Amino acid sequence: MPASLAAPAAAKGAWLDAWLATAPAASGELALVQQRGREALRQRPMPSGRDEDWRFTDLSLLQTLPLTAASAAAAALPEVSSGALRVNWNGSADPLADQALPAGLQRLSADEIAQGLGHTLAAASCEQHWPVELNHAAAERVLALRVSSRSQVSLELVSAAAEGLQALRLLLLLEEKAELDLSQLIEAQGAGLHSLVIEAHLARGAQLRHGLVALGQADAALLAHLAIEQEPESQVQLTSVSSGWGLARLEPRAVQVDGAAHTTLRGLQMVDGQRIADTHSFVEFKGPEGQLDQLHKAVAAGQGRSVFNGAVRVPRAAQRTNAAQLSRNLLLSDRARIDTKPELEIVADDVKCAHGATVSSLQTDELFYLQSRGIGADQAAGLLQRAFCEEVLRELPAAARSWCSLERLLEAAA
Amino acid sequence: MIRPDAPVLLEIRDLHARVEDKAILKGVNLTIRAGEIHAVMGRNGSGKSTLSKVLAGHPAYTVTSGSVHYRGENLLELDPEQRARIGVFLGFQYPVEIPGVSNLEFLRVATNARRQEQGHEELDTFAFEDLVRERLKVVQMDPAFLERSVNEGFSGGEKKRNEILQMALLEPLVAILDETDSGLDIDALRIVAGGVNQLANADNATLLITHYQRLLDAITPDYVHVMAAGRILRTGGKELALELEERGYDWVDQELAALAAEVA
Repeated sequence: MPASLAAPAAAKGAWLDAWLATAPAASGELALVQQRGREALRQRPMPSGRDEDWRFTDLSLLQTLPLTAASAAAAALPEVSSGALRVNWNGSADPLADQALPAGLQRLSADEIAQGLGHTLAAASCEQHWPVELNHAAAERVLALRVSSRSQVSLELVSAAAEGLQALRLLLLLEEKAELDLSQLIEAQGAGLHSLVIEAHLARGAQLRHGLVALGQADAALLAHLAIEQEPESQVQLTSVSSGWGLARLEPRAVQVDGAAHTTLRGLQMVDGQRIADTHSFVEFKGPEGQLDQLHKAVAAGQGRSVFNGAVRVPRAAQRTNAAQLSRNLLLSDRARIDTKPELEIVADDVKCAHGATVSSLQTDELFYLQSRGIGADQAAGLLQRAFCEEVLRELPAAARSWCSLERLLEAAA
Repeated sequence: MIRPDAPVLLEIRDLHARVEDKAILKGVNLTIRAGEIHAVMGRNGSGKSTLSKVLAGHPAYTVTSGSVHYRGENLLELDPEQRARIGVFLGFQYPVEIPGVSNLEFLRVATNARRQEQGHEELDTFAFEDLVRERLKVVQMDPAFLERSVNEGFSGGEKKRNEILQMALLEPLVAILDETDSGLDIDALRIVAGGVNQLANADNATLLITHYQRLLDAITPDYVHVMAAGRILRTGGKELALELEERGYDWVDQELAALAAEVA
């Protein structure tokens, strides 16, 4: 019996079948990718609680979301800072059509796209992940850019969408010693599904500072894969902040192809109501002397649910790796739930790999200290919560930082 | 300074309190008038720190009977923040570190909460910085500490100076200083005590909770109270502290035993 028949039809989801049946025919530069993605979705069941990687994350919200193409919406943002390029990006129109690109930033040619697309996903072992296949099936275009050697570029990508499906695909090549500051906003202004797949390849000595701010609402979902390949001496700092999504699943995945690179991951996710936020990170060192510095934080209120799974792979070739991972969680309600798990696979014997996790509520002593100085209980709790979040927020690139005040995050979360 | 006609600021009557199921305070009586400096001494476990926390409204302590009035108002009915706003201040024995909350911002929010209660205008960032820089002199504190997180990474002496700085900003009418001398070297003790002396005046009162006489060499109390087994066993002038220093606390046990015998 073919595999497609063995899987129960319901597992794939009638909603997805309906979308696949009515979606516009695959076309344009990604036609082949779309066809393959749609075929994969037809063949494979949607992930469920029986899959280890999806054990805590219920995807049933997806089945209620409208999947017609989302139209762009306006995001209320401060003026773009001088020297930076801000691009409104909705995944279908060419976002660079009327833009003069700054020095050091170029579009990739069709040949380069054909060569590069999917390479980093494969290197990060996620090209067949279900959310990636969904993006393959849906994304009509890829925004493909190169930062040339020794250039410094600041880029802002803004994707605010009204109701429906927004599928975004980004391919970045950073040449030797190129530096890119990337501030990215994804904002749901209506019910819908937001799919993001990023591939970034960093040549030797390149630096990527990426801040992703994702603001959702209860009837919107975000599925994001951020795959990064790092050659030696390159540096990546990826800071993601998400709040408000009925369902958010982020998968930052970094591979140090020959070790000796530096990966810094920062994450903050906020859940309230009945929302779910899930970060599954993956870092692999394929050579010696690589470094990882990871801090993931979550604030869970109401009946919100936060999931963190931090995989770190240190094979025999990765001697003298230095990796530190910390998951810190603030539980603001006794009905909220936090699941956090490190997943370290260490084969090399000469390594430093630290990991830790804490789950706590606001500390009585800290609250009392603030109250004993005349600060009201609510304001004191707010100050402590702000302090908890600030440790991640302050790591965002300046533009991304200006897009997500704590007030805005809390407003989205509630 | 003792003035029999000075207004009563704090009136504690037959105060009983417990933490979890353990009774700690068993009938404390104490009257504090404006202008006075009181010292409460006693061994560890005598209940003196509990008294300070109960007065400030720590949620872990439950008052089971008795009363506390502050300028005629029932203090025990008020939330901790309200007590602070109307002028009751607790200097902590172990000031709490709060990573991520800027010390300057914390001091400003606290000062404005007190000012608002007093009907004064709130201070903006600039006006507050002027005020705080002036008050830093009271404890000879380096302005760099304003830029750090509240008490984070402060030495024991720096934390206590930060407490007295808060007192200087909040201008309480009743300041309760819980073991402010603990963990201080001689220089730090001199600076902290100097700050307390500068802030004491005819309109406010200070309640020092301490284990040792040495703090009282630097701050002269009008009254010394010896606390044991959850109540004040004896009250005297500053000479009582010297007597304690000389004789130790053993006689307290004898008096307690005598009391117990009387009750039996």
